Amino acid sequence: MATTDVGLHESAGRAARVPVVNNMSIQVATVNGSGSQSSNTVLLRSIFQMGVPVSGKNLFPSNIAGLPTWYTIRANKDGYVARKKEIDFLVAMNAETARDDVMSLAPEAAVLYDEPLKLSSLRDDLVFYTVPFDKLVAPVCPEAKLRKLVKNMIYVGVVAKLLDLEMAELEIAIRRQFAKKVKAANLNFAAVQAGFDYAATLTKNDPYRIERMDKTQGKIIVDGNAASALGCVFAGVTVLSWYPITPSSSLAESTIEYLKRFRVGPDGKATFAVVQAEDELAAIGMVVGAGWAGARAMTTTSGPGISLMSEFAGLSYYAEIPAVVWDIQRVGPSTGLPTRTSQADILSTAFLSHGDTKHIMLFPSSPHECFEMAIAAFNLAEKFQTLVFVMSDLDLGMNNWMSDPFPYPEKPIERGKVLTKDDLDKLGSFSRYKDMDGDAIGYRTLPGTQHPAAAYFTRGSGHNADAQYSEKPEDYEANMERLQRKFEHARSFVPAPIVHTAANAEIGIIAFGSSHWAITESRDQLRDEHKLATDYLRIRAFPFAPEVTDFVRSHKRVYVVEQNRDAQMFSLLKLDLDGDLVPRLRSVARLDGLPLDARSVTDEIAAMEEK
Amino acid sequence: MATTPAAPKTNRVGLAVLDYRGGKTTLCAGCGHNAISERIIDALYEMGVQPERVAKLSGIGCSSKSPAYFLSRAHSFNSVHGRMPSVATGAVLANRGLMALGVSGDGDTASIGIGQFIHLMRRNLPIIYIIEDNGVYGLTKGQFSATADLGSKLKTGVINELPPIDTCELAISLGATFVGRSFSGDKRQLHAMLKAAISHKGTVLLDVISPCVTFNDHEGSTKSYKYAKDHDEPLQEINFIPAFEDIAVEYDPGTTVEVTMHDGSRLRLRKLEEDYDPTNKIQAITRLNEAKEKEEMLTGVLYVNTQAPTFLDMLNITDEPLATLPVSVVRPGREVLEQVMEELR
Repeated sequence: MATTDVGLHESAGRAARVPVVNNMSIQVATVNGSGSQSSNTVLLRSIFQMGVPVSGKNLFPSNIAGLPTWYTIRANKDGYVARKKEIDFLVAMNAETARDDVMSLAPEAAVLYDEPLKLSSLRDDLVFYTVPFDKLVAPVCPEAKLRKLVKNMIYVGVVAKLLDLEMAELEIAIRRQFAKKVKAANLNFAAVQAGFDYAATLTKNDPYRIERMDKTQGKIIVDGNAASALGCVFAGVTVLSWYPITPSSSLAESTIEYLKRFRVGPDGKATFAVVQAEDELAAIGMVVGAGWAGARAMTTTSGPGISLMSEFAGLSYYAEIPAVVWDIQRVGPSTGLPTRTSQADILSTAFLSHGDTKHIMLFPSSPHECFEMAIAAFNLAEKFQTLVFVMSDLDLGMNNWMSDPFPYPEKPIERGKVLTKDDLDKLGSFSRYKDMDGDAIGYRTLPGTQHPAAAYFTRGSGHNADAQYSEKPEDYEANMERLQRKFEHARSFVPAPIVHTAANAEIGIIAFGSSHWAITESRDQLRDEHKLATDYLRIRAFPFAPEVTDFVRSHKRVYVVEQNRDAQMFSLLKLDLDGDLVPRLRSVARLDGLPLDARSVTDEIAAMEEK
Repeated sequence: MATTPAAPKTNRVGLAVLDYRGGKTTLCAGCGHNAISERIIDALYEMGVQPERVAKLSGIGCSSKSPAYFLSRAHSFNSVHGRMPSVATGAVLANRGLMALGVSGDGDTASIGIGQFIHLMRRNLPIIYIIEDNGVYGLTKGQFSATADLGSKLKTGVINELPPIDTCELAISLGATFVGRSFSGDKRQLHAMLKAAISHKGTVLLDVISPCVTFNDHEGSTKSYKYAKDHDEPLQEINFIPAFEDIAVEYDPGTTVEVTMHDGSRLRLRKLEEDYDPTNKIQAITRLNEAKEKEEMLTGVLYVNTQAPTFLDMLNITDEPLATLPVSVVRPGREVLEQVMEELR
């Protein structure tokens, strides 16, 4: 299928332009703190309700009010929901950025702007719509101090009319957005209506239109963090300790919200404990303490927090304590760009802490997988008695995604090898770190187990199979080798990669996480524009499942696509693959803080293939 | 054997004092920490605490090694430097039935761990936090810690020029509900305070001056055995009457303060300082500061509050340990997921 906007590039005279239906990206440029989030959600949902696949990405500053923010809605009949590089329809509400926003548009794009900004003289190759927002807002909103917010609802009406959105769907979206506040809903609907009526006086000169279709039936709209939170609640999380950090805070907050709704017993008592810790060191410490004592424990954080958790990560690996850590990756190093997305914690997390340490990582690429991997993460953590890191990112975590509804987890919760009092009555004793079953996983007991042989000593210092302090070289070596075997064993239990094939493909693409959506689109572009068939393997976990090696072995060249500067997944693959396979790998590593777009991937792979 | 030896003396849960012992200590002979371990064993034995109900927690340092030397029948976690409070918090949240016994040192608490220490005190989580306080880093061979007094001298002649952190003062002002200072050499006082600590519901902070015989027991040190003996200024004579020992003894309210603990045990404090009221936070802090000026080592129950809610009360956690709740309780039903999906449609 063709993915470029034919109408956009080929038209000469505006009036003669071919309509572009259900294929556009709308960008709204506003100031943060101006309430535009509600307006944008109404637009997004209205398109969704008309059955058109849609995604919403918020590009926001690390600030509470007054700085520029952009929200991009992409509607695409073919279901492409990755960020689209080109903007087709700009809503310019922010005086500060309006000029740059307009100058960066491709020719033929449409611009809707606030009258005082006087943008139409900037370029003569765009379509401009002037809207006197202040004049329109006054009659619908007598209360002056609310006008700043309501003004943003007016552009919803204008866009709706220009794009042919159905007013009935807008009303549904507004009533939903202001669920219990009838007055606010009425006020906002009046504003939409005012914009809609005004737009009826404009002459439409752009080709973009939304037309009802049926591709969103039964689907939900959700952000990855809420999906992850829900997954944790259904995984049976019992202890959450966290420290606020963008972009992970909403994961913890959603978890708290769901826990309060669904995990309070009939006696009014909570079946969970949540602590907002004093810092990330304490957050992970509590989680490790809770995991040790048998809770399903988790923390949520981002890069700077991961750095602080390093020492405890080593303890957890070495003392073999289960817990789940969510890393909602943002741009580093250091404070970096706290409100932009990346996949740049891969290497540091894989080996987080000093000494020979390594960790299981899961890479969800959709809200659906956030939900499922939450459940998998807790099971793997307890099965392998170690930390499991779920590597989400800001794009996945904080943006709105279309998704199939989540399936109820049918499989029972796996608590791993835990000996109870009854077990100990039969066994008499146990060795905490002895490999009894050939899978390198020992048996543990929980503190509080009422049996005189239940106790063992947990330590980050050298220990033997009986958990006794030991500095003997042979004890150290045997334990570290067992830990290595345990990690190897995990390869067959972590979520397997997903492979998409094409006929006669000689080259392969490897990607993971939120990059998935750009890759899906890019493969179509490569096929249609460059006659390049590609197979695609999406990594879902580290350690890598055996299928990863097979995939590389069966392709001449394999492009590893990721959102960081240093080709971190590529490096991890180089460490893991057989030496003869390494030369087949090529890196496509990009990071500018924006969600990955297909065009960039396509251009880079095509250029490398043509060499 | 021809004769059966006499059955050892047992406590109210049918255990002998041997059942409370740990591994052989690897600390220096004469180390104050070993005396504290002995007192812990005696107190747990006498109080009839089931060993398996205890979780021992520690950070890093000489003090933090000591949980290996008592109560082998309890789970123990020797974690990372300065982070025992968070590990203990997690463990208690996971299983509120555990009796958390944290052992830390002055470096582990007042330097690297001061942040976690402070926040633990704020939460009034039920945990007994013992600082084995010798004013130096023993395992790294005798550098000053942050509890070293102004003017105290190292063996090398180095003088401490920074003011000490008073962990008791911090604990009282931040919300700990049982705060005391003792001396590893005062067997009777420490023993009674530990027993009271076991029956307290809330955060207990016991700062126990515990001389380091190898690096800080010389002339010029303010944490030596000699200095402690010479400067010890006990506030009270402490008697502890456990709830299960139903002894009624009259006392004179003019000279003795009696505190009824949460489990019904009675902590009887015969005043050595006439006006000292251990339920008065402000007085406690003032008196600690006075002691600093007078170069006194003030010991005894500095502050006690048996009424404050604990962190577990605030969280309103179910009575069963979270760790072992069945799946039917921790995984909401199918209809709940369907409801949420409907909301997101």
